[in-house]
Amino acid sequence: MLANQIGYYSLILGLLFSVLLCGVSIKDFGESNKKINQNILSLTFLQLVFVIVSFLSLIISFINSDFSNEIVFNNSHTTKPLFYKISGTWGNHEGSLLLWLLVLTLFIFLFLIKSKEQPKKYRILTLLFQQIIIIGFFLFVLMTSSPFNYLFPIPNEGLGLNPVLQDPALAIHPPILYLGYVGTSIIFSSSLAAVMQNYVSKQWGQHIKKWVLVSWIFLTIGIMLGSIWAYYELGWGGFWFWDPVENVSLMPWLTLTALLHCIVVLESRAELTSWVVILSITTFTLSMCGTFLVRSGILNSVHTFANDPARGIFILIFLFVLIVLSLVIFFIFHRENNKSSNNFFWLSKETSILINNWFMMYFLSVVLIGTVYPIFLDVISSEKISVGPPFYQKLIVPFLIPFLLFMSLGPRLKWIKSKIENKSSLIITFAISAILTFFIIKNLTTDLLFYILLISAAFFLFFTTLKELLLKKFKNISQTSAHFGFSLLILSILFNSILSSEITTNIKVGEKYNYKKGEIFFKKIEEKQESNFNSIIGYFEIKNENGKIIELKPEIRVYNQPIVITSEADIKTTLIEDNFLVMNLVKGNEYFNIRYQVKSFMIWIWISVLLISFGGLISLVNTKYEK
Amino acid sequence: MKNKFNLLFSFLFIGFCFTVFFKGLNNPNTYTPKFDNKKKIPIFNVKEFGSNNYINSDKVFRGSNYYILNIWASWCAPCREEHPWLMELSKNQSIKLIGLNYRDDLNNAKKFVNKFGNPYSQNLIDDDGTLAIEFGAYGVPETFVINKDKMIIKKFVGPIDQKKLKEIKLIIR
Amino acid sequence: MKLFKIFLIIFLFFGFNQLKSDEKNYDLKNKILKNIRCLICQGQSVYDSESDFATSIKLVVDKKIDESLSEEQIYEFLREKYGDWVIYDPKLNKNTYILWLLPLLLFSLGGAIIIKKTIFKN
Repeated sequence: MLANQIGYYSLILGLLFSVLLCGVSIKDFGESNKKINQNILSLTFLQLVFVIVSFLSLIISFINSDFSNEIVFNNSHTTKPLFYKISGTWGNHEGSLLLWLLVLTLFIFLFLIKSKEQPKKYRILTLLFQQIIIIGFFLFVLMTSSPFNYLFPIPNEGLGLNPVLQDPALAIHPPILYLGYVGTSIIFSSSLAAVMQNYVSKQWGQHIKKWVLVSWIFLTIGIMLGSIWAYYELGWGGFWFWDPVENVSLMPWLTLTALLHCIVVLESRAELTSWVVILSITTFTLSMCGTFLVRSGILNSVHTFANDPARGIFILIFLFVLIVLSLVIFFIFHRENNKSSNNFFWLSKETSILINNWFMMYFLSVVLIGTVYPIFLDVISSEKISVGPPFYQKLIVPFLIPFLLFMSLGPRLKWIKSKIENKSSLIITFAISAILTFFIIKNLTTDLLFYILLISAAFFLFFTTLKELLLKKFKNISQTSAHFGFSLLILSILFNSILSSEITTNIKVGEKYNYKKGEIFFKKIEEKQESNFNSIIGYFEIKNENGKIIELKPEIRVYNQPIVITSEADIKTTLIEDNFLVMNLVKGNEYFNIRYQVKSFMIWIWISVLLISFGGLISLVNTKYEK
Repeated sequence: MKNKFNLLFSFLFIGFCFTVFFKGLNNPNTYTPKFDNKKKIPIFNVKEFGSNNYINSDKVFRGSNYYILNIWASWCAPCREEHPWLMELSKNQSIKLIGLNYRDDLNNAKKFVNKFGNPYSQNLIDDDGTLAIEFGAYGVPETFVINKDKMIIKKFVGPIDQKKLKEIKLIIR
Repeated sequence: MKLFKIFLIIFLFFGFNQLKSDEKNYDLKNKILKNIRCLICQGQSVYDSESDFATSIKLVVDKKIDESLSEEQIYEFLREKYGDWVIYDPKLNKNTYILWLLPLLLFSLGGAIIIKKTIFKN
């Protein structure tokens, strides 16, 4: 249909514009004008328009259920609600690549607009490097993953979208995540450009910090949305499984956070220039590496895309071309800092940021090695092992103890050389944290010493940052809020893990089940019919030891296309806890298997991540005002 | 000089990673366990079709040079596909074909063999699937070739087809 | 009638789930189940899955706990049947030394770099 044609040819035009842009930019690079050729700006804008048009035509095909388009056929169905028809556009491999192109072209356009006071050659080089990435993706889409393939004869009906993906959080998770994840491309391109122009300086640091912040904020929220979806839809109340696809989104986040801290050093002290460039290159490399791992079929995961080794080979080669290119540029053009003071005093802000990076790189290595080691082992010695949550927890959690302590002390230090002020108040705060922790958890867990250390460290960070916030020290409010949010996150996760409880049992309608802290009453069943599924709803009343009654209505849904049965949990959320109930069918007649969980402080996990992102947002707003 | 060394080292490392990932793409990512050690079958007590008593594995695996254990269920479509091959296999006198009925309803299972034929000299009941796990099976259908010392010498995951039947016949020769 | 039809469809296509619930050693059981890979699922633990395989494993684990097997013995039992890949916690053996030690090595390396870069005196 027409939308298909328009979409396809827009992509071709976009690719042609890439080549054109490269030619015009190279020519303009040699010109002695101080300003960039205005045509370049227009061409970049047009390229963005073509990608938008292509993206919109795919959306229109989905909305119209145009099954002459192969992607629409594979991933949609006439009875799907409109919202999910639209979000189905990017819920598949080919469509999500259009999203990649959209963010790539959008970010370079915005970059050119917002960098008018930056040196011309630096801007042109950034554009060129970004175009290399864009060309690579255009080729990838057009050669191996076109979203505009035809089907003939035209089917009447589509194969439908996996019902597990029909969820609001999951619908907006890819766009938000990609704004962060793909947004790291601009940091990559501009770092390479800066290295070539010997422009890695305070001024560049101040300029690039905005882009790092934007990527970081979106990436943080994007990861959070994925976790929220997993909590509400998948599994039984878990929100992080150390699944390869989750790890792949976490790795750029770790390097991006490290980079954010280093940029602070760069813009204030003009130090750590090589390391900033290395981190910038690594972040986008990890994004590309993640794309490879997830789309090539090399890993086994609950949410990899459709597997196709041919696509894998393309991305692998593309990825390594980028790596080799950046290595060569770095080694040829990088100049050592001429300052002799390359060493830092041990008690200083610079060193505390180095320590932050040290821990971040360690966490990164744990996640990276855990994710790719099975591949290496399999290729080298044909042994297959699994690396799951126990590995990551054992290697990461103990290191959080010193990490949290450094997070409390670091921000208090000054540049170059410092001393710890208010030592006595710090010691008192630590003592209070430890004592408080002891009394809270002494009866709750067997690993007493370990948890006391960990929770005290988290409380220490919590109280020190809270004190800063309450004393209205607005000088560093973005950093304080983000660190406060982090302490809240750790505390929520720990208390959630210690205090939560669950019960599994078989029950039939009309029955009451008594457990230690209360009773569950299975009142009745009702049926419901929606546009694309039938459901059985179970009505439960749960009475806890205080006599309070909670009503929960989990569902079992039978979707029509594809025929899939899902269990939809019913979750009642309060500030103190989530009450979480799932039910499943059991052999025979009236019995249902139910799993009832009380998850303490669940909502604080999401609130704290929002708080962390909010810290980043404050910083972004502040940098705008500092102009 | 140090720079050049770093560059060379980086290139070597990158090249190594590239090679590993490239080869990794061609490996399947589903796991079929390596089958180099012969394992002894588990000892168990189960009920069989047509009787309310428990029978011991010793009594089941006795009196033949080879035993073929086939895990099946009436609700399993591939089991229906492999059924004709099992009927052919059952004609072989030197082996004892034993069925393990997996997580099934007894009436439906009986209807299945009544309707399509019974290739099994004995049919055991595994209504909760735990016995299949003792054998190291993933689900249905799966077939084990067991020798007279009660060691598992070959395992087939998925339905038996003509090719696999030929393999079995070669083994039991 | 509608309800019956729904049940009929479900039973015909997807077989049965039978789960005997057992409240003894509940936390231990869940800890173990979260550590076992569901072999017919794509990247889920037995705890998170309701498939046939997962349901049967849950019963087997129940039985083994009743037989007073320790956690490690249960893992060993499953590893023997299905290979190392069935357990999510990679055992420390010749295949996994690098896996466990490389991050720690890198951590020490990072520490050494920082110490070298830091001045301790005035």
